[in-house]
Amino acid sequence: MNPLGKKLSIILSLVVACCLPFLTNNYWLDVATLALFYIVLAQGLNVVVGFAGLLDLGYAAFFAVGAYTTGILMTVYQWSFWLTLPVSMAIAAVVGVIIGAPTLRLRSDYLAIVTLGFGEIIRILAINLDITGSASGIYGIPRPSIGSYMLAGQMDFYYLILIIAILAVLAVKRLGSSRIGRAWMYIREDEDAAEAMGINRIKMKLLAYSIGAVIGSLGGSVFAVKMSAIAPLSFSFTQSIMILLAVVLGGLGSIPGVVLGAVLVIALPELLRSVEDWRYLIFGVALVAMMLFRPQGLWPARYDTGKDSAHEADTLRTEGSDRDVQLDSEKCNA
Amino acid sequence: MSSLTVKNVTLKFGGLTAVHDLSFHIPAGSITSIIGPNGAGKTSVFNMITGFYRPTAGQIMLGNENLVGKKPSQITQRGLARTFQNLRLFPNLTVLDNVKSGMHSRTKQTVWGALWHTPAQKKEERLIEEVARDCLAFVGMDASRYRIAKNLPYGEQRYLEIARALGTKPRVLLLDEPAAGLNYEEKENLIELIKRIRQKYELTVLIIEHDMGLIHKISENVIVLDYGQKIAEGAPVEVLNHPRVVEAYLGKEEEAM
Repeated sequence: MNPLGKKLSIILSLVVACCLPFLTNNYWLDVATLALFYIVLAQGLNVVVGFAGLLDLGYAAFFAVGAYTTGILMTVYQWSFWLTLPVSMAIAAVVGVIIGAPTLRLRSDYLAIVTLGFGEIIRILAINLDITGSASGIYGIPRPSIGSYMLAGQMDFYYLILIIAILAVLAVKRLGSSRIGRAWMYIREDEDAAEAMGINRIKMKLLAYSIGAVIGSLGGSVFAVKMSAIAPLSFSFTQSIMILLAVVLGGLGSIPGVVLGAVLVIALPELLRSVEDWRYLIFGVALVAMMLFRPQGLWPARYDTGKDSAHEADTLRTEGSDRDVQLDSEKCNA
Repeated sequence: MSSLTVKNVTLKFGGLTAVHDLSFHIPAGSITSIIGPNGAGKTSVFNMITGFYRPTAGQIMLGNENLVGKKPSQITQRGLARTFQNLRLFPNLTVLDNVKSGMHSRTKQTVWGALWHTPAQKKEERLIEEVARDCLAFVGMDASRYRIAKNLPYGEQRYLEIARALGTKPRVLLLDEPAAGLNYEEKENLIELIKRIRQKYELTVLIIEHDMGLIHKISENVIVLDYGQKIAEGAPVEVLNHPRVVEAYLGKEEEAM
């Protein structure tokens, strides 16, 4: 895509996202809010799976760490919401390293199994610990406030998570195009060659896990105050799979793709509500068809984005802008 | 430029001795070849020097520093770069991004710099790009910098691997069968390139090669391995006519008769 078209489509998406609360009813605004949560989570997972190529099947664990840290600090210790953010991010980073460290020597399938196990450990801990409120979870989490204004309405939380989503997208984008992001991609492409080029793969993998964990926990913290009640059910294996689905569906390592994937994963089942019981079947069939006919994702990452490849970019631009329309229309529908 | 010394190195995989009590010295600034029949242990020696295998015994010295026990990335940081026998590029990334990998260990920007695009980070990014493009221009591939590596013709992929190794700013360059799969003309160009590399980057070059013509033309010193042991060492003309080398490659004369 040429820079102008890219800028325009970004501005257009942002305008639509900002105006959305005034265009829809509460039901769809709730769906849109959930989609924004998924954008944050999917971008975090995108760092781990899309950039560094580490298949993580337990990502909801970091979402849980953020939500529970904020929930506990606010209900038991009466902390301000804003103060819980750095704490939950720090705890998530540490948990990321703890999960990352023993899995570093593993590749592909083995790594997936271990992360799946970790995801379950966190969920089962939440069910069984007293401090996390066991199976019923934590409720009565207070509303956050800015000065004297209390964030309580649906619209307030929509804008809060919108800001977090924009920040997450920006952060992941900037990391992806930096020296660190390139190192992750070298590891994904060929771990041994990356090591031979002087990249400390253990350090870089741990960093990917931690960054992914921090972004996931941020989503979790906001989730806790938005719902005002959290329970282990929200952090199940299915949740991890749905986040992973958003990343794979959109395109591994592709930032606009992952945004699109997150919106679709939330919006499609809602759009299919008219067919009631069939909706997850249709959703599933659509996903299988997608993987068969477009395994690289709906909006795959492109790496030859230099100025000299303008000709190739031209052919792709039409394709790309189609997707923008699709993305925006999804948001309008939402 | 730095010398490389291998001292009494042995490598065992379980009961199998892949390399046995091997010693050699490569003077700074020389071009040295390691030759030997298939399975002689040449690539094992490379993998030990670059830290992918840990020798069972012995020392490997880069200048005055022992490399044994260090990770491959640490060894690269100390100025030793390699290419692989079977191409190991980053296939889905651009040519330029492939070469940029070399500068990773020569730069130090962290997450902070990436998130805020600090002046120091921007300066480093410019430096990385500059060095990468210099290396690409040197092997004559700057025009292809935005192409995806896996779409390049085979010969250019070989050159790209060399450019990527040069991107780490090495003092010693290890080339594992750089001429494999190249045609006559490409080989001639490769010989010129390796000579230019030594001149411009002031490197010590160590090559594993099968092509006798190339070895004759390029190396000042040849080490011959067979069954994990050194059987001859010296100038190419002497070594290639050495009876034990002929025997290793062609079999014993009596048997041939």
